[in-house]
Amino acid sequence: MALPAARKMSSGMSAGESIYLVEMLKGLALTMTHIIKNIFDQDRFRTVEYPDVRKSMTERYRGAHRLLLRPDGKVKCVACMCCPTICPAKCITIIAGEDPNDAAEKFPVEFDIDMLRCIFCGFCVEACPKDAIRMDTRIYEINAYTRQAMVHNKTYMVNLMDGLKPPAEEFYRANPDNAPAGFAGDEPAVPVGQPFVNLAAGAEASGAGRAR
Amino acid sequence: MTFDDVLPYLVALGRCVFAVVFVMQILPLLIWAERKGAAYIQDRPGPNRAHVMGIRAAGLVHTLNDVVKLIMKEDIVPGHVEKRYWAAAPVIAMSVALCTFIVVPFGDNFMGYQLKVSDIDGGLLFVLAATGMGVYGVMLAGWASNNKFSLLGGLRASAQMVSYELSMGLSAVVVFLIAGSVSLSAIAEMQAGAIWNWTVFTPMGFIAFVLFWTAAFAETNRTPFDLPEGEAELVGGYHTEYSSLRFALFFMAEYANMIVASSVTATLFFGGYNLPFVTPAQLREHADWVLMAAALAAPTFVYFAYEANKRKQRPFYQALPAGDARLKEPMVFVGLWLGAAVAHVGIGIAGALGLASKLSLNFISFGYLESTAVFGPDLVTAIVGITVLAAKILFGCWFFIWVRWTVPRFRYDQLMDLGWKRMLPLALGNVMFAAIWVAFFPTGLISTLFGSK
Repeated sequence: MALPAARKMSSGMSAGESIYLVEMLKGLALTMTHIIKNIFDQDRFRTVEYPDVRKSMTERYRGAHRLLLRPDGKVKCVACMCCPTICPAKCITIIAGEDPNDAAEKFPVEFDIDMLRCIFCGFCVEACPKDAIRMDTRIYEINAYTRQAMVHNKTYMVNLMDGLKPPAEEFYRANPDNAPAGFAGDEPAVPVGQPFVNLAAGAEASGAGRAR
Repeated sequence: MTFDDVLPYLVALGRCVFAVVFVMQILPLLIWAERKGAAYIQDRPGPNRAHVMGIRAAGLVHTLNDVVKLIMKEDIVPGHVEKRYWAAAPVIAMSVALCTFIVVPFGDNFMGYQLKVSDIDGGLLFVLAATGMGVYGVMLAGWASNNKFSLLGGLRASAQMVSYELSMGLSAVVVFLIAGSVSLSAIAEMQAGAIWNWTVFTPMGFIAFVLFWTAAFAETNRTPFDLPEGEAELVGGYHTEYSSLRFALFFMAEYANMIVASSVTATLFFGGYNLPFVTPAQLREHADWVLMAAALAAPTFVYFAYEANKRKQRPFYQALPAGDARLKEPMVFVGLWLGAAVAHVGIGIAGALGLASKLSLNFISFGYLESTAVFGPDLVTAIVGITVLAAKILFGCWFFIWVRWTVPRFRYDQLMDLGWKRMLPLALGNVMFAAIWVAFFPTGLISTLFGSK
């Protein structure tokens, strides 16, 4: 019985390569060219120095939702319930109301989007028959210290493009009358710098989450 | 007890403090160079956020933040470790790394005092012995961590150390043969003068240098031989269980080892504290010229200032809102570089006035102090020696970093193959070759053939 040939550990390197030195020098030359180029031209980097320099998003970018208005200043939305129906994340809550003085008659008394649930699929925009909701704001910094403040309500979404781009939390604090039900007043629910666990607990305690 | 009684102790203390401070000053710079070098090789800007009053200093402030972070972090002692050995390991690693530095000469004698911590006759043998001790830190850490991955890391470190210590020692033997001494001071003195006196410019010296330098990578556990850490397969290797300052000690020990390896290599193969073509005696004789030559550096600083001024046009600074603290940063750097240029011109003028050859305690105190011993030329020589050695060390350390971000890690069998089957025979043959060479050309090839030293 023939013994199996001894396995060679060399992985197909040529004699020159197996000395390593020449290949090392080639590699060193390559990395040095990168260093020299980068020292003399710092703008070669693709890195966006984020909080100071911001990347401009494309027009198709799906950012935070906004609600559009008719020329007479009322929301375009007629509370047809198309968007909550198609929403795969079930994050849109609309409470419809009746306005006999208005031609459309039906309007949203409340229009909330829970941005913690939203998956930014854009189906709500596709489904809307009235072009009432769009995601063309290119706002991607959607953040808050409480779960409550992550719910964008009608007032916030209507005003989003009027030079009002603060996080919803700041907006609600500045406009407490327009804040969603249960939003914790003028003080931040949890001071900055506390552990995340407490944040969640604080939000739960203040009745956040909008059980649906 | 008179001042003369205390003086030797003061000198000894001063030397020790200088050696430790020297290493500890270069350390943060290396950490910065590691990060920035890695970033630039990979086409990213690297650390550039932390700042003090808007001065980011190209990311140097991050090193300060690191220190604060490592001190403030919780020092976790896992329940399963052998506490005593586990605690001793980082201390051993760091103190051995610092110890090794004591035989490296920083410069020619200053007023009769040697510019090195200790004049051990063993010289380089002490370096080899001490670096051999260094592995105890890693091994103890691996074993006392009581965790199989750390143990494997420690095991790898010891095996690697044994394999490469041989080639390292044999390469050093070549230098002993050429210099006829194991004292690093004698080796550095031998290489004074013409650049071809440097050991690396002899055939066997060059081979010895390549072997020594490769072995130094293995000794310091740097990529491509950083298998003891091997984060891909060993979590973090020997320092998996360490946090806070204990981890910082290991971290610093690695860099201190780099500095020591670079300084030993510079002394053995690249003339140590010597400038090429200028002997310390010539430096002393022409101390004023040396000061005047310092003024030649001024245009470089002016160019740096010009470059710093150009940085203002970068899109980054354009995007900053008005009143941002970082906006003044380019102008601060322009000021610093111009200040450096002016300072160098000032040094040059001092040289032109002949201050270096007049400098004595009597001269400084306008005749108030009695001592008239002129220490100016010695001071210039010492500063030049320290600067030259520091430059060589920094280049060596940069080379470590450069290689780390260029080549991948060796596989363990490749490492052993390289150490035992290639480097060891080559080192042995090289010693043989060096012995024959030294027998034929006892004072070096060029000196023997052309009769000049």
